[in-house]
Amino acid sequence: MSKQINVALIGNPNTGKTSVFNALTGLNQKVGNYPGITVEKKEGVCKLPRGVKAHIIDLPGTYSLNASSLDESVVIELLLNQNNKDFPDIAVVVTDVENLKRNLLIFTQIKDLQIPTILVINMADRMSYKGISLDIEHLEKELQTKIALVSTRKKQGIDELKQLISNYKDVSVKPCLDIASIDVTYFENLKKTFPNQLMYKLWLVITQDVNFGKVDRNEVDAVADFKTKTNADLKRLQQKETIKRYQFINNVLKVGQTIDVTQAKDLRTKFDRILTHKFWGYIIFFAILLLIFQAIYDWATVPMDFIDASFASLSEWLANLLPDGAFTSLLTEGIIPGLGGIVIFIPQIAFLFLFISILEESGYMSRVVFLMDRVMRRFGLSGKSVVPLISGTACAIPAIMATRNIESWKERLITILVTPFTTCSARLPVYLIIIALVIPEGRFLGLSYQALTLMLLYLIGFGTAVISAYILNKVLQIKSKSFFVVEMPNYKLPLFKNVVLTVVEKTKAFVFGAGKIILAISIVLWFLASYGPGEQFNNAEEIVKTQFASQNLSDEELQNKITSHKLEHSFIGITGRAIEPVIRPLGYDWKIGIAIVSSFAAREVFVGTLATIYSVGSDDEETIKNRMAGEVNPILGGPLFNFASGISLLLFYAFAMQCMSTLAVVKRETNSWKWPSLQLALMSSFAYIVALIAFQLLK
Amino acid sequence: MQDTLAHLKRGEDAIITDVSSIHIPLKLLEMGCLPGNSVKLVQVAPFQDPMYLNINGSHLAIRKETAAHILIEKVTNE
Repeated sequence: MSKQINVALIGNPNTGKTSVFNALTGLNQKVGNYPGITVEKKEGVCKLPRGVKAHIIDLPGTYSLNASSLDESVVIELLLNQNNKDFPDIAVVVTDVENLKRNLLIFTQIKDLQIPTILVINMADRMSYKGISLDIEHLEKELQTKIALVSTRKKQGIDELKQLISNYKDVSVKPCLDIASIDVTYFENLKKTFPNQLMYKLWLVITQDVNFGKVDRNEVDAVADFKTKTNADLKRLQQKETIKRYQFINNVLKVGQTIDVTQAKDLRTKFDRILTHKFWGYIIFFAILLLIFQAIYDWATVPMDFIDASFASLSEWLANLLPDGAFTSLLTEGIIPGLGGIVIFIPQIAFLFLFISILEESGYMSRVVFLMDRVMRRFGLSGKSVVPLISGTACAIPAIMATRNIESWKERLITILVTPFTTCSARLPVYLIIIALVIPEGRFLGLSYQALTLMLLYLIGFGTAVISAYILNKVLQIKSKSFFVVEMPNYKLPLFKNVVLTVVEKTKAFVFGAGKIILAISIVLWFLASYGPGEQFNNAEEIVKTQFASQNLSDEELQNKITSHKLEHSFIGITGRAIEPVIRPLGYDWKIGIAIVSSFAAREVFVGTLATIYSVGSDDEETIKNRMAGEVNPILGGPLFNFASGISLLLFYAFAMQCMSTLAVVKRETNSWKWPSLQLALMSSFAYIVALIAFQLLK
Repeated sequence: MQDTLAHLKRGEDAIITDVSSIHIPLKLLEMGCLPGNSVKLVQVAPFQDPMYLNINGSHLAIRKETAAHILIEKVTNE
């Protein structure tokens, strides 16, 4: 067996850390469970010289070891816990040659933890462009480390880096800063109390709430024989520490780095003049948004239609191939349509992440955050909430995960709570079929009524999100320091490899994460719809035949009658009729009720459920649509899907919290059942009330 | 009264003189906002908020309320 060493990639955001990770591991990487564990963990394997294998973890980008967001605390938790199986044998700190000074701050902190540390100076290809020259020998000596000059864009320096990693035992563990120098008496006392501990490590434990072995914060404070410092005092010391670290870095760079400003070319100023402009900046942002919507709802339909058709024919092919029986029907009516319901969203999700990763890689996303912060703050949100709200139009799950970099807990919580209001791609199939049924054709100012309705639904989604954020901001009594610091990185041409890997990874996460739940639901649904108790279900064939004996129905018509009779008396039918009184005021019958109940797991199940319930064998939308158009309201007469009940349904789907995966993610991200339960109760009762009012007014 | 970063106008240069206010997040210091460093306003969003700054080569955006706690000394060039 070859031995394996643990390598942690650490660095500021926007240093190309992920590019280095991708260059080292290629496709040998995976992302930690999703949804499941508390943190998204990217890890991969890399072969080093002399048969050594490296297990590489790409830690979230962080500016320092003093965490101010959830993403950052992950890094500290790992580095403070020597018992963690991922505790690094060696840390690789990635820096950007243009921001070396700032990027070195975390390097000095890691060094002080006495972990062997290699320094990667990335984007070395831009040195001459920016007029930067480095004295590597001097830097290696002063920083007590080995340096790899890397350019992932030009594919340079990666082999040298691998060589350095494999020689990790030669790397010095001498610290950069004597932490005791910031307050000699305080640290002397600390040392007396904990003689066997590393001072900097204790300091990190004292200054932040990190779970770490036996020495937790309380113990340090309680046992130590000195007056506990107030938080303000601790903060002052942290400021002092930061200043000292920069003094050290400045001294090193004074000799090690020369920048000839006359050589530097500056494109960012030109770009920023337009992209962050008070007027044009917003115009460009909205143009980009329109482009994204266009891609998701127009270009994605081509592959989606193809996937839809493929799954339908796969079902049909299998149904013909396999002998009749419970297993075949489970496969062709339960599992395959269920899988199809997941796979069909791949094009949209992929398009969305394609755009988001391009916007992020290029550095544009920070400009959006900058432009939108003031507007969003009015509603209790942060500029950083824009990214989740945009992502939410594909799927609320990755959107909620994207809130992690919002520092203020209150702003983050509100963003998490309102994101499910944005119109996600799972609502789309529901909207499309109901709009086609109840909104008349015809045009207003050249735009079709149907398209306008769809647009209106998107606006309602965003509007509700923003308004409820405003209300939550007033209602929630959470004291949380709201601060906002965003780095505005340089503009960069996105690396093709990074974009592709992000798209593949996020799409995979969606399919396997959310997919599992959708699949399970569709199997359960199939069982409930295919079996039932008592005479009415088991002798359905006889009963229907006698009932319609006089009517000379064709075989096919008779078969349809039998199926729907069976369904009415299946487990699901019985449940459906039990809940009918609740939903009748909204203009629905028990079949819609079942579709709504089953879509509490995932909205897109609605269409599939109706497809099963209306006893149409294939998933072809046109047939479902015709069938739905022919349904008659049992009480009021007239078509079941008319303008009033249609609008009521649309509004119900716009507001109701019908996604178990989202609830699971909210639970995980807020670490409590309180918030997802609140979301479920408030959103769903609001949806019910609005749908009720709409139907009663319009009928 | 001393100038704060919130008073900085576009095109003006200044030197940061004091960041010891408790309202300034540590993260800002860690990103290079330290006494002695030069600061320049690159761009402002509508209502002067947030402010897009160039602090000694680090490009950051912060809210005006935070900027109001950072003391500066304007540098008159020409």
